[in-house]
Parts: sequence; structure tokens; C-alpha cells
Amino acid sequence: MFLQHVADGLLSGAVIGLGAIGLSFTMKILRFANFSHSELLTWGAYFGLIFFTIAASLGNVFDAPIGPLSFGWGMFVALIFSAVATSALALLLHKLVFEKLNRVAGHMTMVFASFGVALLLRHMVLLIFGPNPIYYSNELQFAVLLPGNVRVLPDQVFLLGLTIVVVFGLHLFMTRSRTGIAMRGVSENPDLSRVAGVNVSSIINWVWIIGASLASVAGVLYGLTVQLRPELGFALILPLFAAAILGGAGSLYGAVIGGLIVGLSENLSVMIIPTTYKPAVPFLLILAILYFRPEGLFGERK
Amino acid sequence: MIGLISYLIFFLILALSFGIAVLGLNLQWGYTGLFNAGVAGFIAIGGYTMAILTGPSRDAVLGGFEMPFVVGLIGAMIASGIGAYIVGLATLRLKGEYLAVATFGIAVSIQLVCLNWEYLTGGTLGLIGIPNPSKDLATGPLAQNAVYLGIVIVIGGIAFWALERIVKSPWGRMLKAIREDEGAAASLGKSPVRVRLESFILGCMLMGLAGALLTAFIGYISPSDFLPIVTFQIWTMLIVGGSANNRGALLGAVLVWGVWTSSGFVISKFIPAEIQAQGGALQAVLIGLILVVTLLMRPRGLIGEEKHVSRHASL
Repeated sequence: MFLQHVADGLLSGAVIGLGAIGLSFTMKILRFANFSHSELLTWGAYFGLIFFTIAASLGNVFDAPIGPLSFGWGMFVALIFSAVATSALALLLHKLVFEKLNRVAGHMTMVFASFGVALLLRHMVLLIFGPNPIYYSNELQFAVLLPGNVRVLPDQVFLLGLTIVVVFGLHLFMTRSRTGIAMRGVSENPDLSRVAGVNVSSIINWVWIIGASLASVAGVLYGLTVQLRPELGFALILPLFAAAILGGAGSLYGAVIGGLIVGLSENLSVMIIPTTYKPAVPFLLILAILYFRPEGLFGERK
Repeated sequence: MIGLISYLIFFLILALSFGIAVLGLNLQWGYTGLFNAGVAGFIAIGGYTMAILTGPSRDAVLGGFEMPFVVGLIGAMIASGIGAYIVGLATLRLKGEYLAVATFGIAVSIQLVCLNWEYLTGGTLGLIGIPNPSKDLATGPLAQNAVYLGIVIVIGGIAFWALERIVKSPWGRMLKAIREDEGAAASLGKSPVRVRLESFILGCMLMGLAGALLTAFIGYISPSDFLPIVTFQIWTMLIVGGSANNRGALLGAVLVWGVWTSSGFVISKFIPAEIQAQGGALQAVLIGLILVVTLLMRPRGLIGEEKHVSRHASL
């Protein structure tokens, strides 16, 4: 059972890590804790559902399952379009709410504005799609038996593979592209970056786009391996914050490793505490890290 | 006419009970700058304490003490105060948004305990048969509710009066000093951590009191009464009314609860029964909109902070 818990922990940890990257960047660069970030995962998952349904109706290539997976090429179409749509949503929120508040009010005002935005976004999903769980596909899948009596579904292998590709791609973007380098500059020192000719407001747009795109990928992958429901993101608020705070605000690999730690601790915790208390585990991790190492595992000490 | 009056009494009991919780949040956020995102959790502690202390004996669940209402109220305040003390020791060194994340986690954990510790809370089924003191004091639903409203007004009035005295006292000015500039306050020999803890405990005790009043009125308590939406509602009441103003806190409670119940009424009248779940979502969307629009258009709220100076100071 131990190895099975480890496998499940890595899978849910990968989703949490992907979602936490954007949260971590917003905490570092935009300097506020965005409680509505987790709702971008929900919207990403449901945008994915819309585009997946459209793509599947276009032809058998998109609809027919690829090998042992439960979905066809339409899922890739859905992932890309959902990332675009979720980014547009995030930019809209930025323009309508957060940008204006940032000018006129303190950053704590932005924190509870993000509470209000989260409430709005979550209940709009409930309003549009209804309260019942939805699945992308009803295809039956056969679990693959790995050594150590560990069972994983092909979709879960896909989840891990895609996570690795996305994180590696983001790593290249942050280290090689001008935008990525400028983003790191802004996160270190916005004033100095501005003097050096960086367009800070365009960099902030990029922070939203990257955060929202990764959130949408995480949301779709969660929907694929668990299910779609309006509380999808809400249930992930504490795990996402735990991952971002564990990793240290602004750290790409910190957020990913933080996500894996959260996923593993959640799944391994059921060996010692009742399953019903599992949702409190991320909270205990947050308390522990803030107490012992508030800058996070990979953050810089002030 | 009688129908309208009895509804108004019912409405005011709930609105003013929430108002007491808003007063508690106002002490924490308005005057001290503490972001408590776990309001629902502390209301729950107060509510369950009232239910356990005053309720009848139950099979396989702690209870049967059947203590008087007043003991329930005091017990609720003590229990939520102790809860706040434990939480505060662990989290109050945290600044701003980290405190928000931590208190949000507290509320989630308290909700889990309410759901799963069946011996204490009755689990998902909740606890029933909690006595309402007005049943002994008057006959007929209208008179009973009027009596209960009187109780809520007296208790709320005492809380309001005490808070007005407190925030104008030297201790109250120290709260604001810490809110505005912690370093400067510390350099004058004040202990920000200690004062924040005191303010946090006092605020949470008021939330517990509100929970106890609500529970004794409704006579029933279950984990679904303390979903995070309650925290959002209390926050919206404070922001709309105007933080750092106790009158604003009460005004916000009545206004926002009015919008909440009247929108619920309209939805239940005009939306078909099969999509009522979505109707509830519409209410929540409305509250979210009110919070965001108030922050954008009128960040001070309807009545914002008044300037207080010591009455010994000459201007």
C-alpha cells in the first residue's frame, strides 16, 4: 500500500505543483496572496470541457481514444484553447479589478478583493454547469500494474509526462527568452527593471498569462484523472498555498517540489490519520513552514 | 401587517446576531489590521458550545447538561476565546496575507472537526433540540420572537457600547498605532504581538457570542451552517458598512443581510424548483459583486473611520 500511496501522492502533487507555479509568481511579482487563483483551475477545467466537446464533434481523429488513453487528439486542442481562454479571463480580472485596486489601495485590499472574485467565479461555474460532477470521457481504462503492486491508469502516466514537459518548457522560457529574463528582473526589483527599460506592465500581463495557462492545464489534468465539479479549485486553495509557501514565493522549481511534498503528505497521511481529516494536512504544512522557515525551502532569506 | 412585522423581527434577530460577529471582525481588521479569514470557524465554536451546554441529552453524543441560556452564552465566549488564544499563539506573528491563509486553514479544520467528531458535534446530522429561552418568557411565536429580538438588542447594545469605550481608550489608540506603524509602536515600548493577540481573542469571542445567539434562536446546528460563505458574508458586511467604524459594522450587517434574504426570496419565487441550487449560486454571485464593487467605488464603505483623539488632548 505504501508505494501505491506514493504513486497517488506524486500524481496529485504534479497537479498541485502546476497550479501553484502561477500562485507563487503572483505572490512574488504582484505581491499579494490571490485567493481567486484556484478558481482559474476550475475555469480551465470547464473551458477544457467546452473545447473538448467541440473538438470531438469535428471528427473521429479528435474523438477516438489514442492507444490506452481515455481521450483523443481533441484533448490537446482543448488544452491549448483552454489555456488561451483562461488567460483571457485572468487578464480581464486584472484589468477590471486588481490593476485598479493596486493603484488606489493597499495590497491587503487586493487580498479580499480576490476573496470576492473567487466567490463570483466559483458560483458562476455552478450557475452555468450545475452542481453535478462531470467527466471528459466515459471510456473504460485498464490500470497498468507496475512493480511493487502499484496500479496507475494510462491517463495518469500522461499527466506526469505532460507536467514534466510543461515545467521544462517554462524553465527554458524563464532562462532563455527576453520576457522570461525580464520577469525575473521585475520579481527581484521592479524599480531597477523599469530604469533598465523593462516594460513592467507588459511583464505583469505575462505573469497572469503564464499563471492562468498553467492553472488551466492543471485544472484539465485534474478533471481528467478525478472529475470536474464546481468546487474543484476551492478544494485546492490550501494545497496550492501550501505548495507555493513551501517552495518559496517566486520559485518555479520550489512550487513544483512544494506541490509534490503536499501531494505526498496528503496521501501518506491516511496511513496514520483518518481519511476524513486529510484536507487539514496542507494547513499543518503551512503552519510548520511558516514557523520554521518562513521564506520557504527555496526562497531567499531576507 | 402582522406577517410583515413578524418577518421583520425574524430578519432583525439574524441580521443583528451577524452584526455582533461583524463588530468582532471590525475590532480585528478595522482597528488592528488583522486579516481573519476564518470567521465562520469561530462562529461555529460558539454555536456548538451553546448547543452542548444547554442542549438535552443525546445518544452517543456529549450533552445533557441542560444549563441556562446565560451559561451557554458565557461558555461560548470562553470556548471561542480559548480557540482564538491557541490559534493566535501559532499565527499572529504572521503578517498580512500569511495570517489570511492560516486563518482560512483554521476555518477549514474546524469545519472538518464539526463534520467528523461525532461524539462532540453529532457529525453531519448536527444537534437538534437546543432550547430557545424566549419559549419560557412569552407565548405565541410572535411574542417569543419579539422577546428574543430584545435579548439580541440588549446583548448587541452592550457589545457596541463596550467596543466604543474600548476603541476610544488608550488601549484602542494603541491598536490603531500598531495597525498604522508597528515599528513606531514597538519603539515606544508597546508589544505588538501581545496587543494583536488580545484584540484577536476579543474579536473571536464576539464571533462565538454571535454563533451562540444564532444557534439558540434556530434550535438546530449542523456543519453546513458554517461554510466559508459565512466568512464572505461577514467580511462583505464590514466592507460595505465601513471598517474601523462600529456603527458602520452594524449598518453593513443589516444592509447586506437584507440584500441576501431579499434576493433569496426573489429567487425562490421566480426560479423553478429544479434549478434552485443554481439560484443559491446567484445569491453568492451577488454578494461577491457587492464586495468587489464596494472596494472599487467606495473603499471606505458607507460610513468610514472617524478621527478619534484622546479627550485629554487639546486641538
